Amino acid sequence: MAVRVQSQDFDPGVELAQLTAGNTAIGGVCLFVGLVRDMAPVNGETTAISSLTLEHYPGMTEKELARIEAEACERWSLDEVVIIHRYGTLAPGDRIVMVACASAHRDAAFAACNFLMDFLKTRAPFWKVEDTGTAKHWVEAKAADDAAAEKWNTDGND
Amino acid sequence: MKILYFAWLREKAGCSEEDLDLPDGVATARDLVAWLQRRDDWAGAAFANLDAIRVAVNQDYVDWDHAVENGDEVAFFPPVTGG
Repeated sequence: MAVRVQSQDFDPGVELAQLTAGNTAIGGVCLFVGLVRDMAPVNGETTAISSLTLEHYPGMTEKELARIEAEACERWSLDEVVIIHRYGTLAPGDRIVMVACASAHRDAAFAACNFLMDFLKTRAPFWKVEDTGTAKHWVEAKAADDAAAEKWNTDGND
Repeated sequence: MKILYFAWLREKAGCSEEDLDLPDGVATARDLVAWLQRRDDWAGAAFANLDAIRVAVNQDYVDWDHAVENGDEVAFFPPVTGG
């Protein structure tokens, strides 16, 4: 199981190969990559974004991601989990985050990957600043993300 | 103890961290905020709605009535927006 918080880019293909290497008990890997988009709502209008900067809390980010990862491993039977989250200034199209879950069967891999993203978005201490080129603004947390995380508390385990 | 500020709280505070001794009469995170609001103008408005602020002690999320002590690392920040 691995958690990496870093400024450098990562290669999902390389990560996928390393995650499955030497473990032929793995029947499926679900891998999600989050990317910087070129447009975002700003004051109610869809606006071009020239860059995204992620601030983070060194120490607590790793601790919280490890906690979330451990919870996923308690809920589902997983062979491997890798979470990579970048910080710093990124451009549209850049990779921000990767979550990969490997299991003997696909149900656990899909569910855990979805769970990890929902919890990461509501608990991992990162904060985003969007730069439109003329102004910067702090992105606000979304109620939809809280609702997505909350649904894992009311559903039964898969 | 150490206080850390992140995101727009850090901008309003004008600093990312400060070291101080536990002030007299401060026993909880809520008490610490009230003390900051008496000390600094920026804190009055910034912490006006505690529902809009998160607090962590020693890198764990806590609620506002959690105890704070000398030697603690207390962090204040807005709801997170990673991922």
